Amino acid sequence: MSQKVLMKGNEAIAEAAIIAGCRHYFGYPITPQTEIAAYMAKRMPKIGGTFLQAESEIAAINMVYGAASAGVRAMTSSSSPGISLKQEGISYIAGAELPAVIVNSQRAGPGLGGIQPGQSDYFQAVKGGGHGDYHLIVLTPASVQEMAELTVKAFDLADKYRMPVMLLTDGTIGQMMEPVSLDLKVESAVEKPWATTGTEMKREHNIITSLSLVPAELEQWNLDRYAKYAHIEENETLWEEYMTEDADVVVVAFGIAARVSKNAVNAARAEGIKVGLIRPITVWPFPNKPLAALAAKGVSMVCVELSMGQMIEDVKLATECKVPVSLCKRVGGIIPTPNEILEAIRAAKGGNEA
Amino acid sequence: MTTEYLIAGFGGQGVLFAGKVLAYKALTEDKNVSWLPSYGPEMRGGTCNCSVILGDEPVGTPIVLEPDVLVALNLPSLDRYEDSVKPGGRIYLDSGLVDREVRRSDVQVCYLPATALAGKNGIDGLANMIMIGKVLSDLNQYDIPAIEAALKKCISAKHPEMLELNFRALELGREYQE
Amino acid sequence: MIVFDKPRSLADVSTSYCPGCTHGIIHRLVAEAIDELGIEGNTIGIAPVGCSVMAYNFFTCDMIEAAHGRAPAVATGVKRARPDKIVFSYQGDGDLASIGTAEIVHAAARNENITVIFVNNAIYGMTGGQMAPTSLPGQITQTSPYGRDPKHCGYPVKVCEMLSQLEGPEYLQRVTVNSPKHVNQAKKAILKAFRNQIEGKGFSLVEVISACPTNWGLRPDEALRWIDDNMIPYYPLGVYKDRSEKKEEQA
Repeated sequence: MSQKVLMKGNEAIAEAAIIAGCRHYFGYPITPQTEIAAYMAKRMPKIGGTFLQAESEIAAINMVYGAASAGVRAMTSSSSPGISLKQEGISYIAGAELPAVIVNSQRAGPGLGGIQPGQSDYFQAVKGGGHGDYHLIVLTPASVQEMAELTVKAFDLADKYRMPVMLLTDGTIGQMMEPVSLDLKVESAVEKPWATTGTEMKREHNIITSLSLVPAELEQWNLDRYAKYAHIEENETLWEEYMTEDADVVVVAFGIAARVSKNAVNAARAEGIKVGLIRPITVWPFPNKPLAALAAKGVSMVCVELSMGQMIEDVKLATECKVPVSLCKRVGGIIPTPNEILEAIRAAKGGNEA
Repeated sequence: MTTEYLIAGFGGQGVLFAGKVLAYKALTEDKNVSWLPSYGPEMRGGTCNCSVILGDEPVGTPIVLEPDVLVALNLPSLDRYEDSVKPGGRIYLDSGLVDREVRRSDVQVCYLPATALAGKNGIDGLANMIMIGKVLSDLNQYDIPAIEAALKKCISAKHPEMLELNFRALELGREYQE
Repeated sequence: MIVFDKPRSLADVSTSYCPGCTHGIIHRLVAEAIDELGIEGNTIGIAPVGCSVMAYNFFTCDMIEAAHGRAPAVATGVKRARPDKIVFSYQGDGDLASIGTAEIVHAAARNENITVIFVNNAIYGMTGGQMAPTSLPGQITQTSPYGRDPKHCGYPVKVCEMLSQLEGPEYLQRVTVNSPKHVNQAKKAILKAFRNQIEGKGFSLVEVISACPTNWGLRPDEALRWIDDNMIPYYPLGVYKDRSEKKEEQA
């Protein structure tokens, strides 16, 4: 086993990307993700890679589009306002079916908002974000170790399915240091015969485009893409279950909210409340199955979010509104305390008994 | 057993570095570790703090709201965090910079004029390490090989002389008697 | 003996351009340059949004369709990923001089080793003739029905002049294709812009003043004359920057 090192979450993303074979990073400074760019700026020139500070978020995502078209593993990272700027490019990447990795270290919004952590880009990440029918695979790490592991997974999934993958994290996980093992498993590289790398006069020309002016053709592209999405929903959904077997109440939370929730779950268990935690690791595809199974048992749900309540809509869809679903939230850059979550768990438990 | 530390002061007092030394020391001892800095404009000259959680169980939230140990390197930090310390917890003050006493009676308090002590010993800027030396000593955590290993991780190889100076600061803290 | 043939780098399809439009000539010049330099199998082109959005169907090299204005950023990504390949963007005036201003300025500032073919016809063609960043003062368009009034919507953007103020770019030249003489000059400029890239010299942009008879409301022959009478006085032809030339002079 490799030795563990202490690393910031943002640095772990950067190093894991390099381990995953990413040699092309394009970005623009914004708090609280700038460590990723700084790390790449230092490391890339030493390993023959490219770090380029783009003139804008828009340019950065389009540089990723170009590099991905040319068949290499490419990424960009930003925080909420910058991710909004990238949405055009993300829609094109999805439409042109290119593999790319985008990191959103979320801060509180809307507008310029603040620089403290948030999760209020959830809708933007899982419901599309840009124009048109498409999805990203959205991974939500809750520890520095997961920052590293899910970064590698993001590149593997992007290549496997030819689609953009987002690492949806936040300022806290990005800034914190934890021990991390960088002994990471990378899937072997996939062939990219579709890439625009020059015909070398040996094949027809490749075209990377999201444009079709023939409605029937464009409809078919969408249907094909959604068939791929259905396969992904079936095969790539990830979540963690914690003490759910006998639970009357289940907390649903991802990322930093899930970490705080774990403290609250432990505290509630100490009070004798049978409570568990479902932590989605992919929020698209969303872990509908375990939530539906719990709802079938009559388990009530508490969503803990750093937003005004976004993921809660997916929880209600997954449980088909069969059980009470409540929301415990803080916004503006504030993280709910374990006590606030404990209160919400007690209230949900009380609601069950009433 | 898990211990939650909150270290707070002005930017430039080595708050984050002090937390890092604690974190790396615990890493060499195979403990669970989290280190979380305040970030943003604070980094650029304002107040600054860092949460460090060290223990045997996996760390849940990395945010320390009720520290077992508060190290306050300035008055605003004491004002802000005094009430949050767990009953029975410990408060370490740089008594040269904090000109009031702790009001609570349910915590153990150590008044240590670390900045003055650093100045007297020709190691200006290492008051943070003097405080940490005292904390580690009081908690029976003053394990020299682990401390040396941690310092080596935290100090750039370009400045080997800093290793010795930081270690001297820790020793000054350990030896300090109120 | 064949005296006139289609360049190999031009696909054997009919284009989507209007009669009298000079995009076709410019496509041909780009394809001839690629053929003559023997780089067809090694070249990746970036198409814009605008009339030449379908350019990816007209060239036989690998092609990428970019978002509106972003072609220089996309080209940068390709070139950084494959520095040994030849990368060109083909952009119109709305694409390059309006929505994509930041991208072209910074690609030039970085002296990105790419070739840019900038087609300036002073109008948005694809969307049906709206005012462009390069529309002339007084020019009547769908969105300047009383003529472009600089007091209301400012003055045209002179791209070569603007970029020539930057330290970065290697080569900037404005040409046109409204006469055989001008076509020959344009061909030379486009060849040079590609050759510069092969030689690693850096950012090379050729601005081609182009005719849009459909949206100018003119016959094709009138449109070509309109270039002489109205466009060239405002957009003088010539070399705006050529760093290598300067070095040679100094030597």
